[in-house]
Amino acid sequence: MPDTQALVNDFLNKLKKRKIEGSQATARQTAELLRSVISQQRVPYTNQAGALIDAVKAIGEQLIAANPVELAVGNIVRRVLHIIREEDLSLTTAAIGGLNLSAVSDDENDDDRDGDSTLSAAAVAAAARSTLRPPSLQTLLEDTPVSAAVPQTSSSGGDSEGKTADKSSRSRKLKHDVIEAVNELIQDIVTCHEQIAEQAVEHIHQNEVILTLGSSRTVLEFLFAAKEKKRSFRVFVAEGAPRYQGHLLAKELVARGLQTTLITDSAVFAMISRVNMVIVGAHAVMANGGVIAPVGMNLVALAAQKHAVPFVVLAGSHKLCPLYPHNPEVLLNELRSPSELLDFGEFSDCMDFGSGSGSPLLHVVNPAFDYVPPKLVSLFITDAGGHNPSYMYRLIADYYSADDLVVQRRATAGN
Amino acid sequence: MDSRRSSRAVIDPKVRQVGFFTSAPLPPDRTQSDPPDPIRSPPLADASSPGNSLSPVMIPPPRHPSDSLLRLPHSPSDAFPPPSPTTTTTSLGDFSDDVTAASSPPPAAARVRGRGSSVKQQGAASSFPGGGFEVPPSVKAPSSVPASGLTTVSVVKLPPGISVEVQSDRALNSKPLKEKTSKAERRAIQEAQRAAKAAAKAEGIKTPAVTALANAKSAKSTKPSPQRNDSAVVVAASEKKGGDRSVEKDRKKDVPHPRMQYDDKSRVQKLKKRSVVKPTEARNRVELFRHLPQYEHGTQLPVLQSKFFQLDTLHPAVYKVGLQYLSGDICGGNARCIAMLQAFQEAIRDYSTPPAKTLSRDLTAKISSYVSFLIDCRPLSVSMGNAIRFLKSQIAKIPISLSESEAKATLHSDIERFINEKIILADRVIVKHAVTKIRDGDVLLTYGSSSAVEMILQHAHELGKQFRVVIVDSRPKHEGKLLLRRLVRKGLSCTYTHINAISYIMHEVTRVFLGASSVLSNGTVYSRVGTACVAMVAYGFHIPVLVCCEAYKFHERVQLDSICSNELGDPDSISKVPGREDINHLDGWDKSENLQLLNLIYDATPSDYVSLIITDYGMIPPTSVPVIVREYGRGQLWI
Repeated sequence: MPDTQALVNDFLNKLKKRKIEGSQATARQTAELLRSVISQQRVPYTNQAGALIDAVKAIGEQLIAANPVELAVGNIVRRVLHIIREEDLSLTTAAIGGLNLSAVSDDENDDDRDGDSTLSAAAVAAAARSTLRPPSLQTLLEDTPVSAAVPQTSSSGGDSEGKTADKSSRSRKLKHDVIEAVNELIQDIVTCHEQIAEQAVEHIHQNEVILTLGSSRTVLEFLFAAKEKKRSFRVFVAEGAPRYQGHLLAKELVARGLQTTLITDSAVFAMISRVNMVIVGAHAVMANGGVIAPVGMNLVALAAQKHAVPFVVLAGSHKLCPLYPHNPEVLLNELRSPSELLDFGEFSDCMDFGSGSGSPLLHVVNPAFDYVPPKLVSLFITDAGGHNPSYMYRLIADYYSADDLVVQRRATAGN
Repeated sequence: MDSRRSSRAVIDPKVRQVGFFTSAPLPPDRTQSDPPDPIRSPPLADASSPGNSLSPVMIPPPRHPSDSLLRLPHSPSDAFPPPSPTTTTTSLGDFSDDVTAASSPPPAAARVRGRGSSVKQQGAASSFPGGGFEVPPSVKAPSSVPASGLTTVSVVKLPPGISVEVQSDRALNSKPLKEKTSKAERRAIQEAQRAAKAAAKAEGIKTPAVTALANAKSAKSTKPSPQRNDSAVVVAASEKKGGDRSVEKDRKKDVPHPRMQYDDKSRVQKLKKRSVVKPTEARNRVELFRHLPQYEHGTQLPVLQSKFFQLDTLHPAVYKVGLQYLSGDICGGNARCIAMLQAFQEAIRDYSTPPAKTLSRDLTAKISSYVSFLIDCRPLSVSMGNAIRFLKSQIAKIPISLSESEAKATLHSDIERFINEKIILADRVIVKHAVTKIRDGDVLLTYGSSSAVEMILQHAHELGKQFRVVIVDSRPKHEGKLLLRRLVRKGLSCTYTHINAISYIMHEVTRVFLGASSVLSNGTVYSRVGTACVAMVAYGFHIPVLVCCEAYKFHERVQLDSICSNELGDPDSISKVPGREDINHLDGWDKSENLQLLNLIYDATPSDYVSLIITDYGMIPPTSVPVIVREYGRGQLWI
């Protein structure tokens, strides 16, 4: 499929060169790319789901490697994988109908679902059921024989005769359903602002003073939604050096008639004592409730905590990352160009100073992101409502399947 | 009486116990307060010398030959400061006993001794750090006896152990009460002291009785205040040379004036009438800061330049400094203060008293007009305010008998001395202290550009210490760039970043050195905006925050937030990002009604974030700032 490959390469390049700004755009484009990948993917007669998953994983792996810091890419890849599994599961359950579930799992192998091309949909469904389904009493009861049966089954001899009849119709159906679901996902990503903004009136009251840092479309929509509901409030915008996105936000807010005060980042501590609420956007939300956010956010969060000001993070569901961070300040960060801070021309005489060893005396550090630990966050507002930081792991579990947390194909399946 | 006298030997050591309430006989904290001057005398030796036991000084003065010499010629009323309220029931005899225990700030002695010894006193002052700072811990000691002052005399007879405690109570009690006297009380004191002066002229012996009477009155009115009165009267009575007026002024200055509030229409109108520069109000004023001047920037300079020849009342040197403030050529607390003082020096040199006017009055008015001009150019910093206060008190102190040229020479040398001792020498002492806190392998973080911190870093580098510097900078001034350039030139290894990245860079930092525009009496550090952020993050990372500030920048004002009093810079510098043409979102938007641009200059760092304040009196915790302000800051020791 040359045209898909071209699309993928193009997107990879953009990611590598950091041409795509903002996690929403990235998420949308990733989803669109995966959608075309799925639609182009030739599905084998058997085990369509496995083939699709393999294809998506192969591309997802490249995408994630292209920009490991942009967690939205990984999130979307995982969500598409999850969608495939879900759709397959629902199809299988529909197809199997009244079949005895324990009998199905008996002649399927659970072990090879990752890479084996003969992997059957039913096996995936059975395995997925244990991880995906909400733990209702019925599924708990149903699943008991499945998990017990997994280690003893060994035959991978393809599908049972009963199912081959409706195979062809099912394969087309699966792909169709998956593409439908991915379309829904894209729709969700596009409209997540509205869904978050709908909740604004519940959180912003009259005469409130709100502080925000940098610029986030979600925050803008959120504030504007409250404004539309005839709430009048004031907004302090910290400009968010070195990108100065705050200027953009201030301009937008003023254009929409909000009382806006632009302050420098250094004045955050001074002003926060007069602020009722801090509302910020995020780059990504980790499973532990920590937030990867534009640089400077930790400062704001600390100041807010000191003055007991609620620190509210708005995040669309595409920003929810199922991973737990380790040393995120360093590992989930990237350093941007020093020229944003220091003019090369101005400091060229200092740059080449060598102290004997030849190492330069001058270093410029310009990180792009900040990590806000969960204890500093008061509330997350996602398109699925408001949540505590401690609840994020559960919310995230709804969107992803546990098998996809590591998007990496087995070495055997690599080619 | 005599029995008490004989018990002196027992009481004497108490003197030191009063000041440094540590049961251990060790002199306090030598390691920290490493005084630079050789005249430093251990407090112990000083206090126990019988010649000095008469002095009501809590922190003993230096033992110097000139001390005793100078003390001798004074009249008895000088040598015997008026008694504490306790003496209302006793006679003069045990009064001297009481004096040994009475606590009063060193200024008393300083004033009595007059000009001649002032320099030595100065030296002594800087040799006291350890002593002064030892007081706060003992504040925790029981001070529950509110009227302990009244019982002291009788307690003195008891075994030393007990009496020591009570006396220290007195000393401690007197401290916080000092600031709390009501107007009526102060009035009573002044009257009493005036009466005392008259009486002293007639016969010195009667003095104590009169003041004692007054004291008894005030002691009745407010119960816990007798100690305060007692020390106050001591100061007052011993200040005869200074003259009455200055005393009154000093007293009034105890409570800082409320600042000018710019939302007070009538006062703003009055101010405008007087001012040379007529600033235009900024268009979109920030609502929260109505009480601060918010004027259009960049308009005053041309106006002033055009008015140069009309401003004949203004000395050119002052005019020049004002313009430099306005254009931002001179910034930084020390630089501004020195520039102002030097301008005043020149102005005083060229000054001649108009006929039928006295120098002290006319010159004070003149200086005031200069100051209001400088305020028009840029609001005063605390350091400048303190310097002006000092200068005015020096002018007021000039005896009428002095000829004009002599007076001018005195003032000139006074200013010179202020610059040297309070700023230049103080910085050197701070550097000496701070360098001990830098170890090899340290990563030192500093914010903005502080002259003191820069000196520290350079000195440590010259000493061959191996360390790295992280310079954190912020918009809109980017003062850190200049510091970065200077340090890199000197060969220091530097990392440069902006304030938002502070949480990222703080991981590798081991110490934070900050400068300050002022340290307020509740320990709040008033400094360049962003300092609080840096200190907060450092605190969060458990990294020590060391604030370097000369003691002349301390102020008895208190402040809890950065809003009640601050300075606003040019809002236009917020909307424009120099060197980044792509950031032009706000072009044309600054005229919108809804957009306000806030350019704060200072912020207040809460004292909990500050581990240590390095000052010329030593290294102190922020809780000890009021002690410094009280003991050294009130102008008495400045000469």
